[in-house]
Amino acid sequence: MNAKVADRVATGVFIVIAFIIVSVLIGLFSFILYHGFQHVSLKFLTTPSSNMSAGGGIRDQLFNSFYVLFITMLITVPLGVGGGVYMAEYARPGRITNIIRSCIEVLASLPSIVIGLFGLLMFVTLTGWGYTILGGALALTVFNLPVMVRVTEDAIHSVPRDLKEASLALGITHWHTIKTILLPSAFPTILTGGILAAGRVFGEAAALLFTAGLSTPRLDYTDWNPFSQISPLNIFRPAETLAVHIWSINTQGLIPDVDAVSNGSAAVLILSVLLFNLLARWIGSLIHKKVTATK
Amino acid sequence: MVTEMKDYTPNIEVQKENILNVNNLEIFYGEKRAVNGISMDIEENTITALIGPSGCGKSTFLRSINRMNDLIPGAFAKGEIIYEGLNILSNNINVGALRKEIGMVFQKPNPFPKSIYENITHALKFSGLKKKSQLNEIVEESLTKAALWDEVKDRLHESALSLSGGQQQRLCIARTIAMKPTVMLLDEPSSALDPISNAKVEELIVELKNDYSIVIVTHNMQQASRISDKTAFFLNGDLVEFDQTEKIFTNPSVKKTEEYISGRFG
Amino acid sequence: MTYFRGVIFFMEKLVPAKERLLKSQKNWMNGEVRGKIIVFICAIIMISATIAITIFLGTKGLQSFIKNGVSLIEFLTGKQWNPSDQAKPQYGALPFIFGSFTVTFLAALIAAPLGIGGAIFMTEIAPSWGRKILQPVIELLVGIPSVVYGFIGLTVLVPFIRVHFGGLGFSLLSGMIVLSIMILPTITTIATDAMSSLPKTLREGSYALGATRWQTIRKVLIPAAIPSLLTAIVLGMARAFGEALAVQMVIGNVKTMPHSILDASGTLTTIITLNMGYTTFGSPENNILWSMGLLLLIMSFAFILLIRYLSSRRKI
Repeated sequence: MNAKVADRVATGVFIVIAFIIVSVLIGLFSFILYHGFQHVSLKFLTTPSSNMSAGGGIRDQLFNSFYVLFITMLITVPLGVGGGVYMAEYARPGRITNIIRSCIEVLASLPSIVIGLFGLLMFVTLTGWGYTILGGALALTVFNLPVMVRVTEDAIHSVPRDLKEASLALGITHWHTIKTILLPSAFPTILTGGILAAGRVFGEAAALLFTAGLSTPRLDYTDWNPFSQISPLNIFRPAETLAVHIWSINTQGLIPDVDAVSNGSAAVLILSVLLFNLLARWIGSLIHKKVTATK
Repeated sequence: MVTEMKDYTPNIEVQKENILNVNNLEIFYGEKRAVNGISMDIEENTITALIGPSGCGKSTFLRSINRMNDLIPGAFAKGEIIYEGLNILSNNINVGALRKEIGMVFQKPNPFPKSIYENITHALKFSGLKKKSQLNEIVEESLTKAALWDEVKDRLHESALSLSGGQQQRLCIARTIAMKPTVMLLDEPSSALDPISNAKVEELIVELKNDYSIVIVTHNMQQASRISDKTAFFLNGDLVEFDQTEKIFTNPSVKKTEEYISGRFG
Repeated sequence: MTYFRGVIFFMEKLVPAKERLLKSQKNWMNGEVRGKIIVFICAIIMISATIAITIFLGTKGLQSFIKNGVSLIEFLTGKQWNPSDQAKPQYGALPFIFGSFTVTFLAALIAAPLGIGGAIFMTEIAPSWGRKILQPVIELLVGIPSVVYGFIGLTVLVPFIRVHFGGLGFSLLSGMIVLSIMILPTITTIATDAMSSLPKTLREGSYALGATRWQTIRKVLIPAAIPSLLTAIVLGMARAFGEALAVQMVIGNVKTMPHSILDASGTLTTIITLNMGYTTFGSPENNILWSMGLLLLIMSFAFILLIRYLSSRRKI
């Protein structure tokens, strides 16, 4: 009898725990979206931010976030996929492979502030660039690379072995097999994982504080020359991203409408991450259907 | 052994040449020896069946003939397999070129997740064949030889995964045929198929004998006796007996062979 | 032989076997080698990034002890933090080290039962619908950026604690709650994997002996999964230990030791984020911040070693 009562109580406790987790998420989302959408407007998204007075927007921060993400992915995806292919296909069990695995593990578990510090030394001070988009993107690469390597490695491992054997048995070289059979088959998984990683990069702030900086120069969106100082495309300019903006106005900002701007920014940030998440699922299942020809 | 052949298989008039000579072949997985020094000759335009209980080394042997064991970490072979005067186990063999001449079909149908057409042309394109007309011709020809052309000619550009299991396996055979191999290695090619597809694949294999030398691993005793000309019986990594199929199944010289064939173990 | 033979293949067969089948110089020039080089470079970049981080932070972090003559003992055990004092700078980082460890342990104390409970709910209590609901919830929680957690902590949690528990609201308590929510998804995900990888026979064996579900979970499943569950908790703690901005926004950032859970505190990460931008590069008060960065790096190595030790003890 006693055991049965304990069982019921325990089950109840587990249900309560699940309920708590779900309500934390619902609470967070509804809070952010409810408060945020009172401040999100077209004007908010297209006005430059203000340092002192109320009524600033997030135009530059929003652009910077996407631009830094774009540059980061431009560097990370080829390197990460290459590294993943190496780990899945070329690495032979042994000392060197273990060392590389440990490196990936270390890189993946480094706190982002430590990566930010490394970025400050390497890409800001040593190179003499100062705070730049490129420096920020390289710091984010350090933090994103292990994720992409793992995603690729897992994706390639999940491709049935038979396919690889079939291709090799036809006299096709290993590299050509990777290029034409393994990577295309692994593509949906890599893409899904990549988009989720992009969501993480998009919201990252600590690694960018000391690498991309806390300010954005005045930008002229009609200037598309990437070498011009005022062009938004210049990768050698400082850039405050949306996530960094939320932090900086809350801790050292002087604007009177801190809450309004942060609420709006948080909502935009969350919505973007949500969008990344949905996009990853949608594209993943879409390609999966196409490749496997299931209707 | 070669001279004996005439007595047992009346449909073969000329003495066939050996396409592969296996001499004292040993295969290891790390410390473990899977094949213990076997020697045998594989004849041209002949179906050679390899039978024996699971784990007897027959698949390992088959996979060593086109160096597929290279994929298994720690696997290595001693001894020699002579093909065209070269030991194909040697390090200076271009494995890719070898596999084009010694093709392989696997137990489970494994078409690429591409269209039927691309499944055939994939390897052709890699070997430098780019002309569309030539590709089309080879696709039709190899699918015809694999007895699949009539079933798929109207949907060549549909995914190969939309085919049935038996059709997929015949596509895999067609894909191998398209490379114009001299030897085809078949690793239990119909064991994963339903009886009707199985019959079709068997029929196809017998047909292919005219153009290729075929080595087939099978668990199915009836299949071996139905389609093969010669049969080799493997047990625990040893080649116990190798002879004309008829002799193996009616009057084996080794007792173990008889016991296995009559179903007493395995 | 009426069938078509591709010209190229036909030609190939006329070439002697030696030229067809032996490796030639040409093979070294084809895509195989190029491909290997590409992926090899990617692997080298990962190794060099790790080595570079260790060397750069190592040398920079040791500067304050070597060049500025700060005593390591004072750094690790001193309670007085006043590096910018011209006359008598003090480099006692104990309050921050203590803050980091305390807030990490407290966060794990909340998140571990919740996370493992959530995992058990998904795998044992309601494997079908429970998982369908909880899995996406966890994935969304992972996706929320840390500054957003910090911001909500700042605008909701801090005033709430100020009103209901007293104090400033900026406190260890706020930091611990924010962190526990942040590491909850990490713990839940890994714990779920651990629980669902347990062999089915374990459960069946226990149920067959007449055990209730709770007895099975407590006496059979949790003991079997314990190394993996501990790994989950350690990974969560590693994340909490290194988190900077979210904690910094709610913990109060003082230089003194906290005496109660409602006191404001500081951590290694918060002091670095706050002061790095305001100290001159290369000065003693800047160098000491790098030493703290090095300490963070060492701690993350320590967490990795701990995780390795745990996974070597994994029975399943």
